[in-house]
Amino acid sequence: MPVTEKTILDVQDLSIAYPISIGVVKAVEGVSFTLDDGEALGVVGESGCGKSTMGLSLLKLQRPPGRVTGGRIMYRGTDILGMGDRNLLRLRGQKISMIFQNPLTSLNPLDTVEHHFLETIHFHDPGMPREKALAAVEKMMETLGIEKKRLKEYPHQLSGGMRQRIMIGLALIMNPDILIADEPTTSLDVIVEAGFTELLQGLRSLYKLSIILITHNLGLVAEIADRIAVMYAGRLMEVATTEDIFARPLHPYTQGLIACVPNIQADQKELVCMPGSPPDLVEPPRGCRFAPRCPKVMPICRQETPRLVEHAPGHSAACWLYGKRPS
Amino acid sequence: MSGAQRLISATDLVKEFPLRGTIFDAFSPKRRSVHAVDHVSFTIGEGEVLGLAGESGSGKSTTGRLLLRLIEPTSGVVEYRGRNVTSFSPREMESLRAKAQIVFQDPNSSLSPRMSVGQAITHPLQIHGVGTPSERRERVLDLMEKVGLSPAPFLYRKYPHQLSGGQSQRVVLARALVTQPDFLVADEPIAMADVSVRALILQLMRQLKQDMGLTYLFITHDLATAKYLCDRIAVMYLGRIVEIASRDDLFTRPHHPYTRSLLAAVPVPDPRARRDKKLPKGEIPSAIDPPSGCHFHPRCPFAVARCREARPPLREISAGHFSACILD
Repeated sequence: MPVTEKTILDVQDLSIAYPISIGVVKAVEGVSFTLDDGEALGVVGESGCGKSTMGLSLLKLQRPPGRVTGGRIMYRGTDILGMGDRNLLRLRGQKISMIFQNPLTSLNPLDTVEHHFLETIHFHDPGMPREKALAAVEKMMETLGIEKKRLKEYPHQLSGGMRQRIMIGLALIMNPDILIADEPTTSLDVIVEAGFTELLQGLRSLYKLSIILITHNLGLVAEIADRIAVMYAGRLMEVATTEDIFARPLHPYTQGLIACVPNIQADQKELVCMPGSPPDLVEPPRGCRFAPRCPKVMPICRQETPRLVEHAPGHSAACWLYGKRPS
Repeated sequence: MSGAQRLISATDLVKEFPLRGTIFDAFSPKRRSVHAVDHVSFTIGEGEVLGLAGESGSGKSTTGRLLLRLIEPTSGVVEYRGRNVTSFSPREMESLRAKAQIVFQDPNSSLSPRMSVGQAITHPLQIHGVGTPSERRERVLDLMEKVGLSPAPFLYRKYPHQLSGGQSQRVVLARALVTQPDFLVADEPIAMADVSVRALILQLMRQLKQDMGLTYLFITHDLATAKYLCDRIAVMYLGRIVEIASRDDLFTRPHHPYTRSLLAAVPVPDPRARRDKKLPKGEIPSAIDPPSGCHFHPRCPFAVARCREARPPLREISAGHFSACILD
């Protein structure tokens, strides 16, 4: 996607590596994408494909020894990777927020819900009077659909669904532009998950949020995302609108991923399986990283790495099947 | 239930876990407990796959363990081929263990890190004294190929940390199947696996069922998976079965309001399917003091006053389709 005035986040050629004893894990390589204002982008892939590492790096939170080895992350014209600690603290939570899979490990067991909120507000806006802050917190609780009396409770007194609602409330209390949600519903039961999805949709229009949803759950992205980026072994394989990804997937990996998920509304006699498993990221295969598992592999796939190329308007894929360059 | 011979049946199964309370509770006349399984009855025919679906805390895993007598029921009867398992002697239990096996959710915590793949899969044969060492090895290698652990002689020497997630789950499956059981409880066997691995394990389980004539109790929270694998499905809520029906009946004519909400909540991997969901209020309550009458009434969009009064019985609403709702 070209950068336009609507682009709020522009990631170019991002690479992240983890040096370990036996070599360097190339967790993310050459990832480029953009996020428009108000857009919801789904980042889909299996465990170990680098999607969480990529998500963390957007806030310069990648865990040591991991480090960015190349690329840039432009947020409204500023490179996040070049920001100093002081600016980063202001960016995180105020401009870009993040929620994670397990809310219980993100909340402090010794603090009440109210304290979590007030601490967050005070950190970003030390001058705000307590009454004003409390009023904002109560309004947020209403938006989240949680009774006010719960503010005095501790994380262990809340149900899993409520904890995740509190997490998203904390993430949005400073009214950020972008919410990064990393597997936000994986720890939730299916009915609670559906309720959370509804809440997220509501918050999205209420706060005019842009969302990056990182997940392996194709059902969840189908419901939330406008566009989807498919990641495999540290690289982007395909980027397109949600409709295109599901109706006209180009990359054999995307095709395989969609075919192997049980769909409750379809009558599937057989699931189509992808044999093999993702490659070792210390010594990834030459050429396309999916080549060893690809049913449509060609000689060139094992030689040269395909670039992410736009093959139809707004629909890019990194695959030699569609030629070197678009016509 | 179906034409096939009954392999296993549960009648009025109850499991209560007493709570360890404060010192004052010791003097109170009523000990509090978690009502994990509350008068559950069902049968599984030979060669059938019964799905047990529900949210966390619905008692589905406890039910699976009760069937294998891994835990003792508070009351109720489990019958295996018409014989009451709860009255089996230790010797009889041992032979049942070879015939009825279980696979758990997390393969890594089910495998000893200090046992090689070969040792792990051979271990049940040693316990049950089957064959000579070379016969055992032969049998294990043969089974490993069958479950897709190939090349078997190479993987035989590997340790769990050297395996991928999909391979570990195959080792656990092979270990459960090496004594040639006829009944397998699969407790969320794919919940921790990646999407592509899930499909492979599901496909393998279906294949093994055909090849080895297996009967499954397939415990899952994911109805889409249940739809793919199961012949019949029982839906549990707070320790009770609220609906049990053939796969086709359950998905095309769900009766119980809880089943309907569960079905509506499943995310569909298809953007054209975005739809309006009527979700129940709140979350599954505690099984310590469950709601009166129908456990689902506080969340049910159709609840009436009567729902609070008595437990609705599981009634047959059409052939083989049972639902526990007074509105049926």
